Amino acid sequence: MEKMLNKVFVATITELPENLGRTVYVGEGKLELAIFKLSNGKIRVIENRCPHKGGVLAEGMVSGEHVFCPMHDWKINMSDGNVQAPDIGCVKTFQTEVQNNQVYVLLPEN
Amino acid sequence: MKKQKLVLIGNGMAGVRAVEEVLKLDSEGFDVTVFGSEPYPNYNRIQLSKVLQGDTEIADITLNTWEWYEENGILLYPGETVTSIDTVNQTIVTDKERQVSYDKLILATGSVPFMLPLPGADKEGVTAFRNIEDCERMIEASLSYKKAIVIGGGLLGLEAARGLLNLGMEVDVVHNSNTLMDRQLDNTAGKMLQKELEKQGMNFLLEKQSAEIVGESRVEGLRFEDGEVVKTDLVVMAVGIRSNMKLAEESGIPVNRGILVNDHLETEVPNVFAVGECAEHKEMVYGLVAPLYQQGKEMAKRICGETGNGYQGSVLSTQLKVSGVDVFSAGQIIEEEETKSVTLFDDWRGVYKKVLVNDGKITGAVLFGDTKEGTRLLNLINKRAPIEEYMDNKGAEEAGADLIASMPDTEMICGCNGVTKGAIVEAINAQGLTTVDQVKGCTNASRSCGGCKPLVSDLLAHTAGDAFEQNQKESICACTSYSKEEVMEEIKAKGLTYTKEVMNVLGWSSDEGCSKCRPALNYYLGMLNPAEYHDEKESRYVNERLHANIQKNGTYSVVPRMYGGVTNADDLRKIADVADKYKVPLIKVTGGQRIDLFGVKKEDLPNVWSDLDMPSGSAYAKGLRTVKTCVGADYCRFGTKDSMGLGIKLEKKFEGLNTPHKVKMSVSACPRNCAEGSIKDVGITGLDGEFEIYVGGNGGTHLRKANLLAKVKTEEEVLETTAGFLQYYRETADYLDRTSAWVEKMGLDHIKSVLANKKTFIELNHRMDEALSVVQDGWKQALEDKTLLRDLYQNLKVPAGSN
Ligand SMILES: Cc1cc2nc3c(=O)[nH]c(=O)nc-3n(C[C@H](O)[C@H](O)[C@H](O)COP(=O)(O)OP(=O)(O)OC[C@H]3O[C@@H](n4cnc5c(N)ncnc54)[C@H](O)[C@@H]3O)c2cc1C
Repeated sequence: MEKMLNKVFVATITELPENLGRTVYVGEGKLELAIFKLSNGKIRVIENRCPHKGGVLAEGMVSGEHVFCPMHDWKINMSDGNVQAPDIGCVKTFQTEVQNNQVYVLLPEN
Repeated sequence: MKKQKLVLIGNGMAGVRAVEEVLKLDSEGFDVTVFGSEPYPNYNRIQLSKVLQGDTEIADITLNTWEWYEENGILLYPGETVTSIDTVNQTIVTDKERQVSYDKLILATGSVPFMLPLPGADKEGVTAFRNIEDCERMIEASLSYKKAIVIGGGLLGLEAARGLLNLGMEVDVVHNSNTLMDRQLDNTAGKMLQKELEKQGMNFLLEKQSAEIVGESRVEGLRFEDGEVVKTDLVVMAVGIRSNMKLAEESGIPVNRGILVNDHLETEVPNVFAVGECAEHKEMVYGLVAPLYQQGKEMAKRICGETGNGYQGSVLSTQLKVSGVDVFSAGQIIEEEETKSVTLFDDWRGVYKKVLVNDGKITGAVLFGDTKEGTRLLNLINKRAPIEEYMDNKGAEEAGADLIASMPDTEMICGCNGVTKGAIVEAINAQGLTTVDQVKGCTNASRSCGGCKPLVSDLLAHTAGDAFEQNQKESICACTSYSKEEVMEEIKAKGLTYTKEVMNVLGWSSDEGCSKCRPALNYYLGMLNPAEYHDEKESRYVNERLHANIQKNGTYSVVPRMYGGVTNADDLRKIADVADKYKVPLIKVTGGQRIDLFGVKKEDLPNVWSDLDMPSGSAYAKGLRTVKTCVGADYCRFGTKDSMGLGIKLEKKFEGLNTPHKVKMSVSACPRNCAEGSIKDVGITGLDGEFEIYVGGNGGTHLRKANLLAKVKTEEEVLETTAGFLQYYRETADYLDRTSAWVEKMGLDHIKSVLANKKTFIELNHRMDEALSVVQDGWKQALEDKTLLRDLYQNLKVPAGSN
């Protein structure tokens, strides 16, 4: 089945700090994302809530492809959203596109 | 050949081990599918005791990682329960309505904890101790409640009780007989155990029959049959376990106390096996891993079509996993009429040994206080060796190395996993192993209860010699094998200047480290080179990065500094205005004598600080928090000293300092100690003509009374001694060790002697001054730096837009 995607501008890449998260509210605060610029320059966007107790992932410590939740140190892979063992769970991940220094997130049409 | 479908119900210790055994014999023959009700990969249930006691974390007790299942082509359904078995058509159905067919089925459903059917047992705050969830429930309860009761004075109950003590709770252990662990220990050992545990702070209510759990929705107390009621906020039931055989029974597989199996672990239904705590073999149901692992081995042979002698039953041995207490028992414990015994009872050293002999053969043993001989005795019991074999060899047991050297190769080292000395020596030699962890990885020795670790370590020392010695250290985290001391040496020797460089040069296993090592490295680097080091915001925990304390809903709390807990009308007015302007939902007075504004939004933080125009209270810092003071000589009729004045001086001197963990101080003006110096990292007591400096106190989870470090005459000396002490702590403590833990590791006398050396004392003070010279107020720094403000405090808001 084909899904429609909404392309939303979120940031200028040079304005994003490396290995620090940023909180993004989309629309009227309905959707909250965490956006990260990794040390290899790649952009990752995930849902801004840890599946454990709702910790704000944008404030987590970033290491490579992983972010550690600031609340109870759950380790989450930002590219597939999977929580690492022994904890279990998954956060939503979002595709991004970078054009001319501009970062866009592709959101499913609701 | 077509692969057979092997289905395992129960993703626990016995079942998964059995699958490992099957794969060892035949890695190609089976498509394995595993169902487990718990949402985790197979973990080491035994270590839950250590998790509760704070010695390890849930993250570290995984036995088989997700990757292991994947690499072995095992299809795992975690969090999925099998609800029925059709043994005719050979299929199973799960609670997620999945149907799977099998050629061979293994039931390894373990046990369910037995819950006393007391009225009120369904109240909130009543728990068993069986799985990760129970463990988390207890840890959570310990955060908001004080008093716990453990019902059951057996192995599990005592381990739970010790854990709860470590979590800062008061614990009563209720037991129905008059001796603890009466199924494993004789009277003498039981009483010695009780005495020892009472010393550790456990309280015992023996020969008590529980009658009812009282309380509203949550437990508030336990009533006994004799009418007495004891108050409690938490009840842990550890009164035994029952085979989990409901599924088998409902599916028509014959059961008694467990699922009935023969020597090859076959049930009475074709192609259905049972292993572990759910199985009953020759009228025995086992509740320890050693027999379960032996069962798994035999079952694997049958499943793979190999011949074997079959499982012949096991002699049980137990060991209590409570630090500071060594007890061991195996085989027969209670003496019968013909039983003779060899007994040693040394009340002075607290050592008790009893070896039971029937017909000249060793049949059982109880050890208290010194359990080194445990494994050896278990071997002798298993062999039904003549008592002479034990007595003849007694001389050799004195020194660890001699004991190891004199052991025959067939002797068992790891009882849980059935690993012999010979097998370990061979692995060490053949594969050049140098650490206990490597031995664990290659042979399974010490992979379960961990009781044999000291023996494995002796064996390594004996077999691998120097290569082993070099590996005797604790690494910073799983990313590296370097210890803190080595890392600091390397930083100095190689002039390393930032965390990534350290990790690169020292060959970290992950490029950017983890949440354990990054903040630690950031601290060590800054401490070693305060003038040059550029603090890495991205290697700080959120609170220290943002200079505010994150709350569970993602808002922050703000605590401005109030030197010595002294404030004035202007500051209070400012705080009130800020609270109004930013609609602060909660204002609370802290334990450190200042005011906390809760519920501030992240994007408001900079404005709040700017409006307050007060220094940061560092309430979030691994650094100096507060200096609590009593009112002192100015007003108090008992006060001998200006405690507020000295408190303010101390706070002004050390504010903003980075330390391995938070540091709390206090100054009282008389021995009444109203500022509670005995539970502070540094607590000053003013007396007539002198000051006492106490250190290493802690009022939190690990309650510890402070020790007297020095008596001095002047305020100047108080400041210098405090500086010397704190700087030595900064330089030698592991990151995240409070002074309480550090003082214990180093020894108070050692610290005293370091500070007594004039030259060292002056140098420590110098280095402290250097560290203090670069301190900046976190709030001011943020307000003055536009990039920092944008990177750390701004959120992005974008319209949902469409294209
Ligand atoms: C705190 C504690 C300390 C201990 N200390 C020691 C010790 O020092 N030494 C020692 O030898 N032993 C110790 N034990 C006992 C040891 O842990 C057990 O003997 C062992 O775990 C039993 O293994 P098992 O596979 O039979 O059962 P379990 O490990 O309980 O595994 C059974 C699994 O099957 C799952 N399951 C059940 N029914 C279904 C179903 N229908 N569908 C899917 N999944 C299902 C369960 O959720 C469970 O995860 C200790 C136990 C505890 C709780």
